[in-house]
Amino acid sequence: MTGKTLKISAIMDGTVIDHISAANTFRVAEILNIKGSANVVTVGMNLESKSLGKKGLIKIGGRFLTKQEVDTIALFAPEASINIIKNFEVTKKFRVEVPDTINGIIKCANPNCITNAERTKTNFHVLDKNPLKIKCHYCERVIGKENIELI
Amino acid sequence: MEFRNRDIISIKDFTKDEILYVLKTAKKLESRPNPSLMKGRVMASLFFEPSTRTRLSFESAMTRLGGQVIGFSEPGNTSLKKGETLWDTIKMAEQYADVIVMRHPVEGAARLAAEASGVPIINGGDGANQHPTQTLLDLYTIQKAKGKIDGLNIGFLGDLKYGRTVHSLSTALTHFNSTLYLISPEALKMPESYTEELDRKKVKYHEESDLMKVIGKLDVLYATRIQKERFPDPMEYKKYAGVYKLDKSMLPHFKPTLKIMHPLPRVDEIHPELDNTPHALYFEQAGNGITVRQALLALVTGRIK
Repeated sequence: MTGKTLKISAIMDGTVIDHISAANTFRVAEILNIKGSANVVTVGMNLESKSLGKKGLIKIGGRFLTKQEVDTIALFAPEASINIIKNFEVTKKFRVEVPDTINGIIKCANPNCITNAERTKTNFHVLDKNPLKIKCHYCERVIGKENIELI
Repeated sequence: MEFRNRDIISIKDFTKDEILYVLKTAKKLESRPNPSLMKGRVMASLFFEPSTRTRLSFESAMTRLGGQVIGFSEPGNTSLKKGETLWDTIKMAEQYADVIVMRHPVEGAARLAAEASGVPIINGGDGANQHPTQTLLDLYTIQKAKGKIDGLNIGFLGDLKYGRTVHSLSTALTHFNSTLYLISPEALKMPESYTEELDRKKVKYHEESDLMKVIGKLDVLYATRIQKERFPDPMEYKKYAGVYKLDKSMLPHFKPTLKIMHPLPRVDEIHPELDNTPHALYFEQAGNGITVRQALLALVTGRIK
């Protein structure tokens, strides 16, 4: 427990994404596009976790996530939690949550969907949150977690 | 019930009461035709993909109500060839018409068109997705022939895997208390996403590959064509084509009141020798399409409340 606190408090201002299931760590890093980032970033993988066995953790200094980013993380790492750090203190901590509708983040897996033919914002209704099952607002195709792809 | 300015995109958007209201309106229009109900109104008929039956049925419906029809029956001669988006085509058409009927090969096209349009859109089929007016006319046909939609044994026969009309009708029937018999070869079974929905809505259904085992129980048999274009391998198609053929030899097994429906076109699933028996309902079903589409046109334009 002390080890975890130490990691979280190591940045002055920013965000810690914790409890990422180990396999999804790089996926979350990709969502946040940290590759091109100038911020201080720490990525931890295969850290020990009581609830997950092995977990991933990402710390980003000087950056706070948008709602869209948090929603996107929820799609790929539904067990993740977000810690907002201000002046070395965790000022807010919450579990990510899959929203009821997903707008403009992911692509429809149906190649014959109008959203893939014409430039229009995608929109999905969430049918099940775990395991994730969504329905395209336009073509009504139901898509499972394994076919979810970012735009 | 307010239907004015409403888009008709998917049967899934309808509550049971709304379905029944459309059927009631159709019945009224059938018993008291009104040849000037849509006088001075224009329907745009935008067929981005050819369809004889649906297009003619809509155009006939509008014309018989005294309205005018503009449009195209295939995209060949339109600005789409010049790269115009669907969005822009609809934006243009809404200036010219009071209601837009469209068919499009891409799924979700009608839903997007409805977002672009200020006048109501009626979906005449979007790819493999939805064809709600077909479902409403199927329900109307059942109700008219049987006096009810509840408490019937309704069989679906043939290609239940790809048959869009079967999927939509089974979805609509979840509002009613009928028992479904899903009769198909193993390879053309109803997709799980639809049977799961039947389970969720507690609809009684049986899956069966042998038609003769259940034929005697049925009040309605909805036959479908096994579509050649769905099979990449012609050998595979041959295996299933003609696996179910309804003909006179089966008459002793039918309930005397059995009604046979088919969305048409048929190939050889129903022998023409059945056409003149009291079981044949398929041509009447196609005719009911006019009535139901008239009701929808009048409702969404606010000519009938």
